[in-house]
Amino acid sequence: MTSFSSRRAAAMAAAALVAVGVTACSGAGGGGSTADGSSINVLMVNNPQMQDIQKLTADNFTKQTGIKVNYTVLPENDVRDKISQDFSSQAGQYDVATISNYETPIYAKNNWLAPLDDFIAKDSGFDQNDILEPMRQSLTAADGKVYAEPFYGESSFLMYRKDVFAAKNLTMPDKPTWQQVADLAAQLDGAEPGMKGICLRGQPGWGQVMAPLTTVVNTFGGTWFTKDWQAQVNAPEFKEATKFYVDLVRAHGEAGAPQAGFAECLNNMTQGKVAMWYDATSAAGLLEANDSPVKGKLAFAQAPVNKTESSQWLYTWAFGVQKASKNQDAAWKFISWASGKDYEKLVGTTLGWSKTPDGKRSSTYQNPDYLAAGTSFAKQAEAAIKGAKPTDPGVQPRPASGIQFVGIPEFTDLGTQVSQQISSAIAGATSVDDALNSGQALAEKVAEKYRGK
Amino acid sequence: MRRLVGVAAWFSAILFFAPVAWMVLTSLHSEPDAATNPPSLGAPLTLQGYEEFFGASTGQSPWPPLINSFSASISSTIVVLLLAIPAAYALSIKKVEKWTDVMFFFLSTKMLPVVAGLLPIYLVAQFTGMLDNISFLVILYTSMNLPIAVWLMRSFLAEVPPEILEAASIDGAGLITTLRRVVAPIAMPGIAATALICFIFSWNELLFARVLTGVVAGTAPVFLTGFVTSQGLFLAKVCAAATVVSLPVLIAGFAAQDKLVQGLSLGAVK
Amino acid sequence: MSLDTAPPPAKQQRRGTPPAPKGLGAAARWARRAPLLPALIFTIIVTQLPFVATLIISVLRWNSLDPDNRGFAGFDNYAAVFTDPNLRSSIVTTVLLTVVVVVVCLVLGLGLALLLDQKFRGRGLVRTMLIAPFLVVPVAAALLWKHALYNPEYGLFNGALTWIWSLFGADRPPQPEWISDMPLVAVEASLVWQWTPFMMLILLAGLQSRPMDVVEAARIDGATPWQIFRHLTFPHLRQYLELGGLLGSIYIVQNFDAVFTITSGGLGTANLPYTIYQTFYQAHDYGQASAAGVVVVIGSLIIANFALRVVSSLLKDEVK
Repeated sequence: MTSFSSRRAAAMAAAALVAVGVTACSGAGGGGSTADGSSINVLMVNNPQMQDIQKLTADNFTKQTGIKVNYTVLPENDVRDKISQDFSSQAGQYDVATISNYETPIYAKNNWLAPLDDFIAKDSGFDQNDILEPMRQSLTAADGKVYAEPFYGESSFLMYRKDVFAAKNLTMPDKPTWQQVADLAAQLDGAEPGMKGICLRGQPGWGQVMAPLTTVVNTFGGTWFTKDWQAQVNAPEFKEATKFYVDLVRAHGEAGAPQAGFAECLNNMTQGKVAMWYDATSAAGLLEANDSPVKGKLAFAQAPVNKTESSQWLYTWAFGVQKASKNQDAAWKFISWASGKDYEKLVGTTLGWSKTPDGKRSSTYQNPDYLAAGTSFAKQAEAAIKGAKPTDPGVQPRPASGIQFVGIPEFTDLGTQVSQQISSAIAGATSVDDALNSGQALAEKVAEKYRGK
Repeated sequence: MRRLVGVAAWFSAILFFAPVAWMVLTSLHSEPDAATNPPSLGAPLTLQGYEEFFGASTGQSPWPPLINSFSASISSTIVVLLLAIPAAYALSIKKVEKWTDVMFFFLSTKMLPVVAGLLPIYLVAQFTGMLDNISFLVILYTSMNLPIAVWLMRSFLAEVPPEILEAASIDGAGLITTLRRVVAPIAMPGIAATALICFIFSWNELLFARVLTGVVAGTAPVFLTGFVTSQGLFLAKVCAAATVVSLPVLIAGFAAQDKLVQGLSLGAVK
Repeated sequence: MSLDTAPPPAKQQRRGTPPAPKGLGAAARWARRAPLLPALIFTIIVTQLPFVATLIISVLRWNSLDPDNRGFAGFDNYAAVFTDPNLRSSIVTTVLLTVVVVVVCLVLGLGLALLLDQKFRGRGLVRTMLIAPFLVVPVAAALLWKHALYNPEYGLFNGALTWIWSLFGADRPPQPEWISDMPLVAVEASLVWQWTPFMMLILLAGLQSRPMDVVEAARIDGATPWQIFRHLTFPHLRQYLELGGLLGSIYIVQNFDAVFTITSGGLGTANLPYTIYQTFYQAHDYGQASAAGVVVVIGSLIIANFALRVVSSLLKDEVK
């Protein structure tokens, strides 16, 4: 029923649309990776080690193999959202992505990742057995297949200023307990002008405050869920651990604790505003870098314990291949290079040994150059990673693997929401009891779902 | 009295402009200098932040995202004008009946939260293979800006004296000719104002760009967020990136200040 | 003296031809509609179709982390949405955020516009400086506020406090944790900073379109500046204030960048766009997020109805 002129107008508008679309297309059309394996798309988190690999790819990997790598880098929260969106819809936009030992079993179960066993078997130089046992274990899914290869790994330990300790005539015990650490922190307050005893994370996020706090909960005998999926967030042990953590941070912790994540504590430690820091082993390399003001002044101890033998966490940023990727061979070549021994040597020799993506291979810790650059912490870090127990981190059996997280998809949401309450408690805006009670309600909802399965 | 006004005005201007000035100043400091407390205003200036932005330590060039932003913003602005001007004509000069209802409809689409439609749009993009494609963003930005553009152009076109239009139709000019030869020249300032506003809002858009683009079609704001890292200092880098990414909008806005004023107000209410 | 500064009658002649009277033939009516159709059809397709799709997904059980558990869910998702305390609190947060930001922007914008309406030295430069915040890319502005200004360690605010305290020889300056202590205010402050220029420009144009002869006459008659403002300026500005309020609300209700960047939705600052985003991308519950989206759309339509009455008053003098 439309008259002639309206059809004309619509046609002209459509033509204009197409014309503009084509000109816009010519600059940047859809999809960067081609299905012939000559280029791959990699989505990475924005950490220093990833920035290094961006720099080194063109002159090394691309030169050797002719495969062009298109990188997208984003901050951690953003990249997790984007990876889960791409992989869950199998849109195939990215061939490789940095996933952690948290996501790998979940994604593998959902069939979003390509298994890597065949590639490993055919790749003689890769040496899968060189990868540290807990790392290998955490990236293997329930069906026994390997789904990701670690790029760099970390555990957690206690870093402290040995010069400040010496000045105050204090010594760090060999296997410190949390109570000992709290007492030391009290004595170290004000050891130097403006210095506080300890830096502990307080920033909301399941990967920020919740990581160290969960390890403390584990070693105090608590857990998020029992084996038969009862939520234990406001159980006595969890409460005790949380109260301990919150009180310690409020009394002897850094300024701005509710907003302090890894970067803030790193800054505090570097600038001498705290005497101790319990956090990731990967921080040691940064603190002992050539331009660090505290280089040479640090010593390291294993993660403090209470009722368990060990309490350190286990974490790795690993490369996984999307099942829908059409470039799996090229993707494996990239992973083989990035997680391989030669890449570590490449970074060590061109950028410095403290920048090597370590924490994944035994051979790294036998490399004399690497050990020379990291004498103070390398052995402690290796011991921490080797001693981590992802399937049995506490005093009771667990329904899902993971030390500082619970290996279920709901944990990002649950952990983050509870962490926001904990942050409030650290800020003094709410009490630990209230925070954990509301956490328990949230955890119960998740537990119900799993009990019903 | 005038003194007081002048002082108050200058004080407010400095207060409002201070964060922008601080952003530019920080971008010219080295990372450690940028993160001191108290702030080191006199620290030596360096272009390190900008070098990082242009890929000194990662080899990633910022030009593709910048070009993508330009092409998406300009293309969507052109499409918006092509759609909005005729529509505004039909709502002001030769009105359709129930034109106020149509205006309400356009404006109401703007009030719906775009986040709610994110998933279906993503699925459509995936299904049609338009993920990571700048043209898809152009379509979305067009729909995002169309209501405001129609609204603005309608008011501008309503300023066209009817006598001229009558003269044109007596002379036998059809719709296209009338639009091109008669309306456009008079409404040109209004068109420029509308174009400027659409360009600004398209350039600034982040949510859809983040969700729907990947390696090829990433826009400048998405690229900017990539500089924030949870490990180590990044303030100078981010300020440099923020300055460069905001530069086109800042320049466009400053150069066309008067158009901006017109567009935001005179064109909309009379 | 007459306070009726209604627009001069000549105005009505400049309003284009009246709408086609009913008796006109179908062809002519369609000819009038034709130029409108491309924009209308485009808008309908791009905005309404996703909404229909959202509606369909909202009655499905679809969690992308749980691929085996898909199916028809009836109204389960809606029940979850209505009993979800997070969604309720995010609605309250959204309303609070929008109202505070819009009102403060209007007040500040009015003040600045009144200042700029006067002549003084460097007026052009002052106006340029005042527009700058609106021209900074929103995510860049949010990052600037979060890291360069608010950060308790190295942000400008605490740095300025340290410097001021050191001027008095004290070495223990207060170093408040801006974002932790007052999260919603922190987000609101950054939004007020960005949007005040917008309001200021609208109101400035309003001020500059006042019929100056009436104001002059009033001044000659001895009216004080306050009386002039209250009886002449303010009524004229009312339309502009409504316009600013309307446009500002539309954009600030939808604001995502600031909340996401500054507080990651934590500490009680999660507004609607953020909560829905979180349900999609972190909880991966597409069914529930879609239901939330539908509820929010219906709510916005109801509110839009009221808001659009404001619009109708703006268009009032044109409708015959």
